[in-house]
Amino acid sequence: MTVTKTDNTPVTTASTTSADETEPVGSTRAERLSALVQQHGALAVLVIVSVIASFSFDSFATSDNVTNMATSSAFLAIVALGMTFVIITGGIDLSVGSLFALGGVLAAWGSRHGTLVALLLPLGVCGLIGVVNGLLVARSRLAPFIVTLAAMLGARGLMLSLTDEGANTYLIAKGSFLAELGQGTTLGVGNPVWLMLALFVAGAVVLRRTRFGQHVYAVGGNEDAAALMGAPVARTKILVYTLSGLLAGLAGALNAAWLASGVTILGNGMELEAISAVVIGGTLLTGGLGYVSGSLVGVLLLKVIQNVINQIGSLDSSYQQVVSGAFLALVVIAQTYLGRRRQLV
Amino acid sequence: MAPPAEVLAIRGLSKTFPGVRALDGVDLVLRPGEVHALIGENGAGKSTLIKVLTGVYRPDAGTVEFQGRQVSFATPLEAQKAGISTIYQEVNLIPLLSVARNLFLGREPRTRLGLLDFARMNREAEETLRTYGVRVDVRQPLRTLGVGAQQMVALARAVATDARVVIMDEPTSSLEPREVETLFSVIRRLRDAGIAVVYVSHRLDELYAVCETVTVLRDGRRVHHGRLSELSRLDLVSTMLGRELGEVRAEGLTKFSGDHHAADTEPVLEAEGLTVPHKLHGVSVSIRPGEVVGLGGLLGSGRTETAKAISGALPIRSGKVVVAGTSLRGGSTPGAIRAGISLLPEDRKSEGIVPGLSVRENIALAALPRLSRFGMVSEARVDKIVNTFIERLRIKASSPHQKVGELSGGNQQKVLLARWLAMNPKVLLLDEPTRGIDVGAKAEVQKLVDELAEDGLGVLLISSDLEELIEGSDRVVVLKDGAVVGELTGEDVTEDTLMRTIAGDAPATAATKEVATDG
Amino acid sequence: MAEATVRTAAPLDKARILQWLQTYGVYAGVALLLIVNIVITPHFLSAENFRTQAVQVAPVIIVALGMALVIGTEGVDLSVGAVMALAASVLALYLGYGLLPALIAVALFAAVAGLANGALVALLGVQPIVATLALMVGGRGIALVMLPQLEDLHNPSLASLGSGDIVGVPYLILIAAALAVLIAFVVRRTTFGRQLLAIGDSRPAAQLAGLPVRRVLMVVYVVSGLLAAVAGVLATARLQASDPTSLGNLMELSAITAVVVGGTPLTGGRISIGGTVAGAVLIQLLTATLIKHDLPPSWTQIAQAIVIVCAVYAARGRGKR
Repeated sequence: MTVTKTDNTPVTTASTTSADETEPVGSTRAERLSALVQQHGALAVLVIVSVIASFSFDSFATSDNVTNMATSSAFLAIVALGMTFVIITGGIDLSVGSLFALGGVLAAWGSRHGTLVALLLPLGVCGLIGVVNGLLVARSRLAPFIVTLAAMLGARGLMLSLTDEGANTYLIAKGSFLAELGQGTTLGVGNPVWLMLALFVAGAVVLRRTRFGQHVYAVGGNEDAAALMGAPVARTKILVYTLSGLLAGLAGALNAAWLASGVTILGNGMELEAISAVVIGGTLLTGGLGYVSGSLVGVLLLKVIQNVINQIGSLDSSYQQVVSGAFLALVVIAQTYLGRRRQLV
Repeated sequence: MAPPAEVLAIRGLSKTFPGVRALDGVDLVLRPGEVHALIGENGAGKSTLIKVLTGVYRPDAGTVEFQGRQVSFATPLEAQKAGISTIYQEVNLIPLLSVARNLFLGREPRTRLGLLDFARMNREAEETLRTYGVRVDVRQPLRTLGVGAQQMVALARAVATDARVVIMDEPTSSLEPREVETLFSVIRRLRDAGIAVVYVSHRLDELYAVCETVTVLRDGRRVHHGRLSELSRLDLVSTMLGRELGEVRAEGLTKFSGDHHAADTEPVLEAEGLTVPHKLHGVSVSIRPGEVVGLGGLLGSGRTETAKAISGALPIRSGKVVVAGTSLRGGSTPGAIRAGISLLPEDRKSEGIVPGLSVRENIALAALPRLSRFGMVSEARVDKIVNTFIERLRIKASSPHQKVGELSGGNQQKVLLARWLAMNPKVLLLDEPTRGIDVGAKAEVQKLVDELAEDGLGVLLISSDLEELIEGSDRVVVLKDGAVVGELTGEDVTEDTLMRTIAGDAPATAATKEVATDG
Repeated sequence: MAEATVRTAAPLDKARILQWLQTYGVYAGVALLLIVNIVITPHFLSAENFRTQAVQVAPVIIVALGMALVIGTEGVDLSVGAVMALAASVLALYLGYGLLPALIAVALFAAVAGLANGALVALLGVQPIVATLALMVGGRGIALVMLPQLEDLHNPSLASLGSGDIVGVPYLILIAAALAVLIAFVVRRTTFGRQLLAIGDSRPAAQLAGLPVRRVLMVVYVVSGLLAAVAGVLATARLQASDPTSLGNLMELSAITAVVVGGTPLTGGRISIGGTVAGAVLIQLLTATLIKHDLPPSWTQIAQAIVIVCAVYAARGRGKR
């Protein structure tokens, strides 16, 4: 993935210190190594797992399988992109799974009134819920997890009441632009994948190359210092929750377009998958450090593992959850250990 | 020399908090290029003054004129934008962001596309920092830098945001000597560039090395101002502590009885060579049963750290603590408490009391396992102990069930004392036991300390109140910059010798480190 | 509830109203819902109806009791739903050896789960949300790996545990009530309870006072895991089937809601067990009311979301700082 290549490769640059000057401490070899593992560990595991899988299963490296994996990754990846921003500010958004389902239903329902409505409706509603999350977190200073937990419940309730308690599935007409957006391919690759890649490039640019992106890191790194340095803390938080809501809604809409219907049972537990992907990708759950590219790698890793488990066939698909949970625990322990070391230095 | 116009003029500044007059008509005038020392003991009003200046607090009375205009800042950010920057002890930057990003946050150079121009940013950051003597890879996260270098980045950021006044609050408290030198050369450069610096520190050497003028605060009032070179070290210390040299004081201002006749026995506490990086450098203290040992020194000299290291709350790199013959494993508070050490922490509100729990539960907190059977609290035993101590220490609460957070400072302190006395300790470490409590309660606490020593406890007394320290202690160990610089015994336990020892020109006899027996 | 209504006479300033709401609002809410239902809902005042409601709410109460302890230490346990599923699976797997051995196996699994959470929080110092997230994700997976789909259980002792009663009061209700009394006793009367509250109120002070902070935290998470397992076993016994796919879904949410609505602040240091039980009952009554009046279940979710936000908002700024 070259999409998120950034200027910032702190781990590989050797520090230049002259003897008389202040030396950086803590840039020990161990520390650099652990930072390297943190940033690129998931990528290494992804490559290893993929290589082993393609040797072990004939049907793994086929173009069909890869295309399929890519497309099914796209939706989770878009959700994880928004989650990355939220987690870098030190927050968490548990409402994305519900917003994903809500976005799908709204898109399918709205598709009767044209593609524009089908896209704007989920974006508008999910974005608005994101704004409310942001306001409650930033202005009322409520804990992000409880605010977004409530939003998760509320959004699911809204979705169910729109679909007669889930009994009603709205369909998306074949041949419509929306259906084409979800199901069509360009250069042999599904449109959602292209869209996802475009969003990741944009996300990486925003995070790395704009002042807003700097504020996201600053708020997560040290909120009080960020405020003292003039960063608009509240605005930044409101924006990241809004972005997360928008992207979850968009991912839901695209997914509905792909499936040609607003399936109401989707999105359960998606917040956990998205958080797992982001954390596995090297973003610190405590905020202040994170990579958009890592989240993409994290999503791909989860999907490849899922695929491998399916390939094995005899294994239940629930091993996927076990592996995710174990990964999450490992990454969190590693991050804490690294954080400890840093504190001691 | 015609003095340049003043950049900052504070006149008649007052600020009152409930029960405390933190600032009382303070004046302070700064000219461009002036390096001004602001000194005073704990509670003298330094930090309140800084906070009023930087928009954290609003003054009750008085004016602040900045660059000829009267100002009143609502937030630190506003003050900073106007040109008053503060460099705090704890560097207020973002550790995980790169050095360059920290330096440029909020004013990053951008390309024509509106994106951040990192090439330029890194180049400029490197150039800027080089002039501060910091040569690092600016793409590294800030946290990989030493504290000194981080402080330089903060300083560079302040100057780059066009600061006209830079306030440095104990900037050298965690710097190595070499880093201090670099800081000084930067301060001199700021001075030459016409930036006024307010320098807050307790390290006398540093003040004399870098400051031109001085303001001494005591109890919220300005008690001295002028050129620093016209004030001797000894005068500086005595002004700061509010004691005239050679002044004969009437006995009995405090409630201490004076000497305790500590039996010539083995020490109950022996701490040897306590070392904590940046904080303590081989501090040794020993206390015999029935003895009150004072720990003297200015703020930041390592008094609190010594107490915390002994009680296991601060991990030590080397050194040992022996209580009544048993050696303690370092860094374990429960272990130290079991051995009989009790610490009354300096920060009563956040480290001492559990504000949401009642007086009763706070008193019983540490002793709970002893007051329980099979994990169940024996309410009768708790009541007995709680009532005993409420009576003995005369704790004033509406009932034992009142929340401790609602009590006055003096009563909170008594509750904490009760908590520890319920443990039957061998050694009491008292860190500023009477700070911030009213006169009556203060006398009671002092009397109590006396009684406890009479009963055979070993007491370590830390106090910024010289009178209390001198009259309450049988011996005084004097700390400076994290090391023992002298010990006053017998006849030498006087304010004069203490101040001389702190100022660094003590008579040799007072500076002996031997444990002398007093008579 | 009587004392709750008496205290409304307090001066009407905002902080006091919020404080009153936080402490007694939940009882007032339960009372209000009861009165409303007695007036407008037909057949509401029947023993049968009360029994149904109580049986439904019992597992939530049991999980919420553990959650209250965790929240009292300024933590949170997101893994309770997954632990319930885990309990259901383990119970099904070991039921062949008899009920008692199966229950011991369940307890062991739950204790290990709690230990894992506790170790991350107490020993490594990981934030509780993050620490329990891993088990929330992986726990249900493990449950499903052990038992991939719903399995009917035919064990007479288990069946009687789920549906039996003493003089008309179902075991489920009795167990929930007994546990509530036990936990309330632990909070109020034991060394452990006092230490727990002190740690939740001021960790630095507790540490300097020499309290066994790590041990207390470990025990709290283990207890939370065990209580979740009890709830899982009881729910399974009632269904007479082990359903690791859906058992305990969103239970963490219900439990946190019950605790928070019951007036226990998320900032720790204070636990209201009575409030927690009432909080669970409040949500149950709210759901029942809407259902009995043929309002869609989706409304209850929206209503619950609003109740949570209001409860957290009322608790804002109270407690510490």
